[in-house]
Amino acid sequence: MFDVVSIRNDFPILKRKINGKPLVYLDNAATTQKPKQVIDALVSYYENHNANIHRGIHTLAEEATAMYEEAREKIAKFIGARSSKEIVFVRNSTEAINLVAYSWGRTFLNRGDEIILSESEHHSNLVPWQILSSEKGLKLRFVGVDENGYLEIPKLEKLINKRTKLIAIVHVSNVLGTINPVEKIGKMLHKKGVRFLVDGAQSVPRMPIKVVELNCDFLVASSHKMLGPTGVGFLYAKEELLKEMPPFLGGGDMIKAVYLDHSKWNDIPYKFEAGTPDIAGSIGFGKAIDYLTSLGMENVFMHEKKLTDYALRKLLEIRDVTLYGPEDTASKTGVISFNIKGIHPHDVAQSLDREGIAVRSGFHCAMPLHQKLKLSATCRASFYIYNTFEEIDKLIIGIDKLRTFFSKS
Amino acid sequence: MDNIYREVILDHYKNPRNFGKMQKANASYEEHNPLCGDKIIIQVKLNKNDPGLSNLSNKSAFIRQNRTISDIRFSGEGCAISVASASMLTEFVTGKSIKDVAKITTKDILNMLGIKLTPTRLKCALLPLEILQKTLTLVK
Repeated sequence: MFDVVSIRNDFPILKRKINGKPLVYLDNAATTQKPKQVIDALVSYYENHNANIHRGIHTLAEEATAMYEEAREKIAKFIGARSSKEIVFVRNSTEAINLVAYSWGRTFLNRGDEIILSESEHHSNLVPWQILSSEKGLKLRFVGVDENGYLEIPKLEKLINKRTKLIAIVHVSNVLGTINPVEKIGKMLHKKGVRFLVDGAQSVPRMPIKVVELNCDFLVASSHKMLGPTGVGFLYAKEELLKEMPPFLGGGDMIKAVYLDHSKWNDIPYKFEAGTPDIAGSIGFGKAIDYLTSLGMENVFMHEKKLTDYALRKLLEIRDVTLYGPEDTASKTGVISFNIKGIHPHDVAQSLDREGIAVRSGFHCAMPLHQKLKLSATCRASFYIYNTFEEIDKLIIGIDKLRTFFSKS
Repeated sequence: MDNIYREVILDHYKNPRNFGKMQKANASYEEHNPLCGDKIIIQVKLNKNDPGLSNLSNKSAFIRQNRTISDIRFSGEGCAISVASASMLTEFVTGKSIKDVAKITTKDILNMLGIKLTPTRLKCALLPLEILQKTLTLVK
């Protein structure tokens, strides 16, 4: 059941006024707001169950462990993993990609091996590979994107050779909203023995996703971009990969036995979870997944599609507005980047803030894409389950108002 | 609409003073603000050393510090705050010595702009000063 009015009632922050105006939160690609179900889960955990996990025998420790592991089960089910052993809790998507680079990359990649990335990657799926390639003497190759952010798939096929070991691609661009055909890439790679990492930071929150259909070896996402708390994310990796990968961080909980000169690693996924994790955050993440599951990811996707369609149509009517990325929602979702002629994105964002409207301005952590498209910076409006058509109307009115303001001399 | 976009700021933004490029600058420096994609280039021309002072031995640092800005230009692109700040700054420092410019603080810039800024926007306002101070360190 998808009812925006009742959804909005679940989000306490949406009652806030910003500069005297009701908050219109359109910065969801950066982070989403949290429903009271998630906030309550954090409070309830600390008030009733707080203990460290995987060690104690006492009641609280057993409860905390069960709740933490239940959250892992929920994630596994949500993305269609074969088992919860394939889910590693991390801080965020960035840490998940770093885990793959440091653990899998350092162990299995050698001088001269090649990694293919796209030009529209978020810095989190670029910088870790730059660090690894300078350490190991790897070659990074890039599949281009056209002006709408579409991957040049025929060129991607040509980039693949016998030295290619990994392709790491963003599923949904955090700048253009373009949905990349990752299923197609997965199918293409399946026979070639190239590992495939999908950055799901923007797609897992807004689309139904099954890792089996994506044919990917690794999938990463962050809790805070899908109603959950900050500080938690997950790495999905195929069980056989996790088994052969060495630990990422060393410490407590990731070991079976420790001697002065060596240690024996714990089973997966615990081998990758050194130290006390964000237990409350993980449980909150599980609640966020419950919330999205009860709405239905198909409905979440359709709601955003309708909002995006409406916003694109309205923005295209405004003179002096330039849109970046696809102008229809056939392969775009939830994220619209734009500029207004003659007005710097910072001034656009600041002026909209006076109207209570939160949009992002800048490079959105994707500087190479902006360079490719020859953009200095852009404004970005991104939607989620609680946004309404009326809020998009407010955005349009806000843009009209600021255009008038900055054009008068 | 907004106190930070008061008339004087908008005026400097829409009609920036000392905007453009100059030939034969004594020093120039370019900086980007990665947060918002601003790019500002500042060029300066300085008065020649006082001939009386330049005859003194071992006083080169002293002489350099006392050279004054005779002409200044800025170019590039930025938001209303960074452009207005650059424009006002160029007027403010014309005739001032390298030593004086080194002493300009955040507070001076805020007084000059006459507005209150959040930490993020403060970076926009301070970018021109940072670039100017770096430009002057390049003067030989």
